[in-house]
Amino acid sequence: MNDLISTIQETADPNPEVLAKILGRSIEEVESEIQSLRTNGSLLGWVPLLNPTKAENNEVRSVIEVKISPEREGGFDRLAHRISKFEEVEACHLMSGAYDLLVIVKGKTLHSVASFVSERLATIDGVLSTATHFLLRSYKEHGHLLSDEGENPEKPAVSA
Amino acid sequence: MNPEDYIAEHVRGLPRSGIRDFFAIVSEMPQAISLGIGEPDFITPWKIRESSIFALERGKTSYTDNRGLLSLRKEISAYVEKHFGPGYDPKSEVLVTVGVSEAIDIALRALINPGDKVLYHEPCYVSYAPSIALAFGEAIPVATNPESSFALDPEAFEKAWQPGCKILMLNFPTNPTGGTADRERLERLAKFAVEKDLIVISDEIYAELTYEGEHLSIAALPGMQERTIFLHGFSKAFAMTGFRVGFACGPDWLIEAMMKIHQYCMMCAPILSQEAAIEALRNGSEEVAKMRDQYAKRRDFVVRRFNEMGLDCHLPRGSFYAFPAVSNSTGLDEVEFCHRLLREAEVAVVPGTAFGPHGKGHIRASFSTSYDKLVEATNRMERFADQVRAEGQSFSAAG
Repeated sequence: MNDLISTIQETADPNPEVLAKILGRSIEEVESEIQSLRTNGSLLGWVPLLNPTKAENNEVRSVIEVKISPEREGGFDRLAHRISKFEEVEACHLMSGAYDLLVIVKGKTLHSVASFVSERLATIDGVLSTATHFLLRSYKEHGHLLSDEGENPEKPAVSA
Repeated sequence: MNPEDYIAEHVRGLPRSGIRDFFAIVSEMPQAISLGIGEPDFITPWKIRESSIFALERGKTSYTDNRGLLSLRKEISAYVEKHFGPGYDPKSEVLVTVGVSEAIDIALRALINPGDKVLYHEPCYVSYAPSIALAFGEAIPVATNPESSFALDPEAFEKAWQPGCKILMLNFPTNPTGGTADRERLERLAKFAVEKDLIVISDEIYAELTYEGEHLSIAALPGMQERTIFLHGFSKAFAMTGFRVGFACGPDWLIEAMMKIHQYCMMCAPILSQEAAIEALRNGSEEVAKMRDQYAKRRDFVVRRFNEMGLDCHLPRGSFYAFPAVSNSTGLDEVEFCHRLLREAEVAVVPGTAFGPHGKGHIRASFSTSYDKLVEATNRMERFADQVRAEGQSFSAAG
């Protein structure tokens, strides 16, 4: 993996000045490489990773199993792209198994997510069925545990 | 009643640990960034912790064989043979201990008659000299020098030898300098050990955290297995410091002598830790490799930053410590540097002299912490070093 990308993934504050210091390069070099990664599509951006409980992020998220009809040309792609374009859709993946698409939808309220599913998603031609599961509580996000593990106030600050 | 009179003379004579003094100050400053920690910042990989929980759920709460669980000793024997070379009989040549610290203590106590001399390189881990003293031995430290990046110098050992030397203690990669030993130097040292009929105690706790080249154990060299006690453990590479489990491998007569002490003073290592250790050896290598890669990147960063800020720092080839020189560029001795750095910049590092007088002029900084803390800590250290140098210049100008 590119060392800039791996460092971006390891730091809490991936600004070019910090990255330049860690990697021993100039800020201009790092900025230029970030721009190249954006241009070639490797780096899509970064978002703050929040602990929903502590950040008082009251968004509602649901995981929706969607069955769709494959099409003669393009299979599932056209419908998957169409569904992905909704702002409410956070992620959309083609799956093997009992259903075709796994769609993660977020909204401000339970009602808004339910409305999106019943009025927008389920009514698309080619969508055969949906099964909606609301997320109740998260325990791990993008490799980060959401518990307080690791904070050990009794660990000695200096040791041999 | 004078309480001091009741304390055994050889204990009274032990110096207080420099680290302990420093720990007392740092513990009052929770906001300080600590680069003074001698243990991994990673938590023990979950699969290892989970195996210990599983053992607890199954009611494994008993003593074990004094030597340790046979299943663990078999795993240790296979692991050592695969990664270090020598083969040891798990039934008679492997002893599971409460960390390498216990293994060092009982190895020395098993070998030393009062006045026997022990050669070891310095700066070194804080327990070597006190452990020798507690076994009534005489410590013969051999300096490794900053001019040679604290590399092992076999000639210095040959010069330091004197009648009565019985043991040669080695620790590669070294805490606190990160020094390693290459084949040529180890071979010369092995020849010296054979010629002088020395028993070698080789503490290889940081072996997996070797970043340059392959780690080589002196026990793997011809003729050395029969006179070497190979010490290793789980604390550093597997991030299992709190489990307190290590091991010794050696000739059966040496392991048996160590066992005699171990069975009376320790009985056995905790069974839950032994169960975790089995899992670590069977399935932990992927996590070890990931942690090593992280340490290597952090090492490159901190060493570069120390050199950028004018604190000469050699590249540690193993362990997770950098050992930069501070006195020649700031004019402060290492203890004053550490105290002022903590008070004025709120960064904790350890004076090099905590690891013996040959650590003079240096500090030990652990890079076993997150990038974000390392970036901030080194920024603060740079500002502090600049400020101290500026003070020195204005003082000179005024004088």
